[in-house]
Amino acid sequence: MSQIQNNIWAAPRLSMRWWPVFQRNWLVWKKLAIPSLVGNIAEPLMWLVAFGYGLGSLVGQIELGGEKVPYILFLASGSICMSAMNAATFEALYSAFSRMHVQKTWDGIMNAPVRLDDVVLAEMLWAAFKALFTVTAILGVMLALGISHSPKLLVAWPVLLGVGITFSCMALIFNALAKGYDFFTYYFTLFLTPMMFLSGIFFPRDQLPPFVRVIADWLPLSAAVDLVRPLFMDRWPEHALRHGLVLVVCSVVSFWVALALTRKRFRS
Amino acid sequence: MNTPLLSVNQLVKRYGQTTVVNDLSFHINPGECLGVIGPNGAGKTTTLRMCLGLSEPDSGAIDYFGGQHMPQDALAIKAQLGVVAQMDTLDPDFTAEENLLVFGRYFGLPDASIRERIPKLLEFAALSHKAKAKPGELSGGMKRRLSLARALINQPRLLMLDEPTTGLDPQARHLMWERLQLLLQEGKSILLTTHFMDEAERLCSRLLVLDQGRKIAEGTPRDLIAQHLEAEVVEVFGQGAVALAQEASLKALAQRVEVSGETVFFYTHDSRSLLNALQAWPALRTLHRPSNLEDLFLKLTGRQIREEG
Repeated sequence: MSQIQNNIWAAPRLSMRWWPVFQRNWLVWKKLAIPSLVGNIAEPLMWLVAFGYGLGSLVGQIELGGEKVPYILFLASGSICMSAMNAATFEALYSAFSRMHVQKTWDGIMNAPVRLDDVVLAEMLWAAFKALFTVTAILGVMLALGISHSPKLLVAWPVLLGVGITFSCMALIFNALAKGYDFFTYYFTLFLTPMMFLSGIFFPRDQLPPFVRVIADWLPLSAAVDLVRPLFMDRWPEHALRHGLVLVVCSVVSFWVALALTRKRFRS
Repeated sequence: MNTPLLSVNQLVKRYGQTTVVNDLSFHINPGECLGVIGPNGAGKTTTLRMCLGLSEPDSGAIDYFGGQHMPQDALAIKAQLGVVAQMDTLDPDFTAEENLLVFGRYFGLPDASIRERIPKLLEFAALSHKAKAKPGELSGGMKRRLSLARALINQPRLLMLDEPTTGLDPQARHLMWERLQLLLQEGKSILLTTHFMDEAERLCSRLLVLDQGRKIAEGTPRDLIAQHLEAEVVEVFGQGAVALAQEASLKALAQRVEVSGETVFFYTHDSRSLLNALQAWPALRTLHRPSNLEDLFLKLTGRQIREEG
């Protein structure tokens, strides 16, 4: 079939053609990996040090599911989800937009036998991979700091990849709609920043007023935190299926919408 | 043997109320270089985009290689095409070599066979010394040649070039023409759109003239000129030249007279008597030359500026 679907809502037509596109991004990134790594992990670590140790000394311990945990552990297990979210989002917004709109890399790729659907899939997986990479580096530092030694962190790792996938799918919707980089500010101020404060990263969600909590409990970042935090405490998450489902549904729906809007953008 | 590589039939494309491509049919035979010329907004790029499956026609058929249909078989067709778009889409982060490698991978070619082709392609593009340079370090002409080399990575059966020399200086343009001529000598087939009539005249074995989405002429450059134009042109310019267009004694010596700006164009089959008569106006400057594709183009599409394209 055509490289660009006429019916923008048609089912995604995916193939292994996404791989060379992913490989392309990997090759660019390899050249810049070290500085980009520093940028990716410096900020989350500053949050951790400032809030974890600074605020943590005032807060002391936090009661969580009948167990008292140090605030730094509470914060670290939440903020790593935020890092996955941010890393995936930045890549799928600013970097993907540069490739799609500014450098016209996507147009070049589509002169070869690669469908737009596969290009979007490659960008999605690439942004998720970047999230995984960032998260891995931060996990390494957290282990070194002795914040958690839970063997279940091995399970947290693929879960965080899933979190990266969810947020890269969501960001690609805004990538498809953007006229310029300024547009992304809306996404951050209207969606991501509120979500960051409502998802139980800095304080438990049961501190929220009940009507806010109803919404907060169903946010994808809440699902991510509820899955990852117990793993840091060497426990299995409660309602894992429900949280997993929230992430999966968010990913699938967002990817489909992002793809439809991108096809619309490229259709002429 | 002579199955067309590309055959386009009754192609139509509308944007809202505007018909940008209107009942267009043409074909390309193996070994041919077909030039598509026309003013801005004539539908050249839209036609090319439809041929590449990037835009869906409202009606009509686009068939390749005697049996593959665009857009249904887009990927199979693309595997055999080489495309140079109007805007360079080279990867700014990669060296010339890496650009070729990465692009070859999009075709599913194994790295080993791409790496084998890279030195030859760079040599062809006169870029062997720039293998490690990034596009930002290359001149406009070098970038275009790298784009051409990139389009050849899959050893395409048909090249599609959208204004391959727009924006290049004369030296770079001539080098590009030389390379394209080499490809034609090797038996490659090319579809190219252009604004430059000397480019069309030099490279194309056949021309398609588009205006407002329609085909208004088709043929070899020489036949088109012979068919539509007088053999010679005398251009007259300088103070008071425009008034000569009304001069009955001169008009009688030319088949056709046109005025553009401060210049009068006398089209004639035999210029001798006209040139003699013009000696009565020694202050005016004349340019006597055979008529060319540019004259044809202007005759067919008019002299007014098309800026909305």
